[in-house]
Amino acid sequence: MKFQIPIGPQHPALKEPISLRMTVEGEVIRDADLRLGYNHRGIEKLAEERTYLQNIYLTERICGICSHSHTTCFVQGVEALLEVVAPRRGQFLRYLVAELERVHSHLLWLGVAGHEAGFDSFFMYTWRDREVVMDILEMISGNRVHYAINTLGGVRRDIDEALRTKILDSLGILRARTDYYFKLGANEPSFVGRLAGVGRLSKEDALALCAVGPTARASGVAHDVRRDDPYGIYGEIPFEVCTADSCDVLGRTVVRIKELGQSYNIIEYLLRNLPDGPVAVKAPRRAKPGEVVSRDEAPRGENIHYIKANGSDKPERLKVRAPTLANYAATLARLKNGFIADIPLIFAAIDPCICCAERTVELIDGRSGRPTVVRWSDLRRRAARRAGRVSKKRNVECPL
Amino acid sequence: MLKRLVRWSRIKSPWILHLNSGACNACDIEVIAALTPRFDVERLGVLLKATPRHADVLVCSGPVTRQMKDRIIRIYEQTPDPKFVVAVGACAMSGCVYRGAYNIMGGIDQVIPVDVYVPGCPARPDAIIDGVVKLLGKL
Ligand code: SF4
Repeated sequence: MKFQIPIGPQHPALKEPISLRMTVEGEVIRDADLRLGYNHRGIEKLAEERTYLQNIYLTERICGICSHSHTTCFVQGVEALLEVVAPRRGQFLRYLVAELERVHSHLLWLGVAGHEAGFDSFFMYTWRDREVVMDILEMISGNRVHYAINTLGGVRRDIDEALRTKILDSLGILRARTDYYFKLGANEPSFVGRLAGVGRLSKEDALALCAVGPTARASGVAHDVRRDDPYGIYGEIPFEVCTADSCDVLGRTVVRIKELGQSYNIIEYLLRNLPDGPVAVKAPRRAKPGEVVSRDEAPRGENIHYIKANGSDKPERLKVRAPTLANYAATLARLKNGFIADIPLIFAAIDPCICCAERTVELIDGRSGRPTVVRWSDLRRRAARRAGRVSKKRNVECPL
Repeated sequence: MLKRLVRWSRIKSPWILHLNSGACNACDIEVIAALTPRFDVERLGVLLKATPRHADVLVCSGPVTRQMKDRIIRIYEQTPDPKFVVAVGACAMSGCVYRGAYNIMGGIDQVIPVDVYVPGCPARPDAIIDGVVKLLGKL
């Protein structure tokens, strides 16, 4: 007997909240479909009515978690149109904040993965450590989430020597904690048992479905815009692209933890080699007619902004392709032949989301058409029950 | 007597439902940050609930997109009385940067009555806690 399950309509942690419609047979998902548009605010239209400078603050509010990567992408594009180049110190600070944002986003995601796997202490741990990064970001920019540090032609704030040493000190704490998570993630038998083998996406599928970011990298596709098409100063920074071959949610967790380590290295490199000089140059207000495509590597994957200028101080068109959108197709593929109980995990795996709003799931009986409503928390309870059944590797060292 | 007991328990342990109506997510992660160890509102008896039927306080963020409008009203109606609404963030108050966009209503108070407004873009976790405390003080 087949059931149709709509999930949604709201998945607030995504930039595009969606409704999922799944056809299930027993516990197994046979088909999945998506509906978008619940969080549609009309930002692209709004952008056409605002000047380039105002649009920085608008693009920042596309998403609260990777706000800096959206402004970076936008500012890079507009700087190309305006033909200004940010001074080196400004660029270093811009990408310093970008890496700090990656750290906060990945820590956030780790917590969510732990939460969805039924491992709430992990969630609380990572979120506690995330506050360290939030403090650094607040000291640099003055705000915890929307940093508003980018401006046309550089950044808006400088950091001083005291702050620089403070960030370097905090890195030590974060490094130690991340090592611990790595051990925990790789050794804790119930956690590994819950994540391994869930939501498989083969390398071929990842390529065919154009997955991006950690989702693709966990399937063995070593794609990272920072290395493949270096923007800003990434060409001169040494770092590795982390991949995993297990193609499942465990792989995605491992990739993100490894990327945390790489980000710490990048942050350290940027701080140790911070050049002197101004942080911003003055940029003209009007851009010559033209168009530009700007890409950057957001915490979740490749982010693309297309900007068309018509000679005025406002863009004629702004088009944003956020990484989550690119990963939808891959998510749907992964949901197929999975279990209902795995939906939270598979879904959370593409996106470092902290969706707190509970989504309701409506189970519609395929024959009678009578809907029964299942809450997200029930889904999680099912997930927890399934986790109890998976065989656990015994005698593995569990650090604590 | 019973009334006093109910009032006491309501003040001591407000259960909240977090509702996103098209927010940019930043306010939402700050609401969650308020629940995690640094701020830890659970020590004050505040619990995040899964369903509106269990909640006393709706913590809403976002400018209310047209798609979400009816759903918010439905969720509000599902919440048992007495219910309170806290609007978190500039968007929930007035629409913030999205003001003027074609798809938003421009604030939670356009669709449901609001008791407390917490400003900020995003509102800090401390501010959100303060908002809830002010609300409880009014009871
Ligand atoms: S108030 Fe600001 S931070 Fe909060 S949801 Fe709205 S735009 Fe985002």
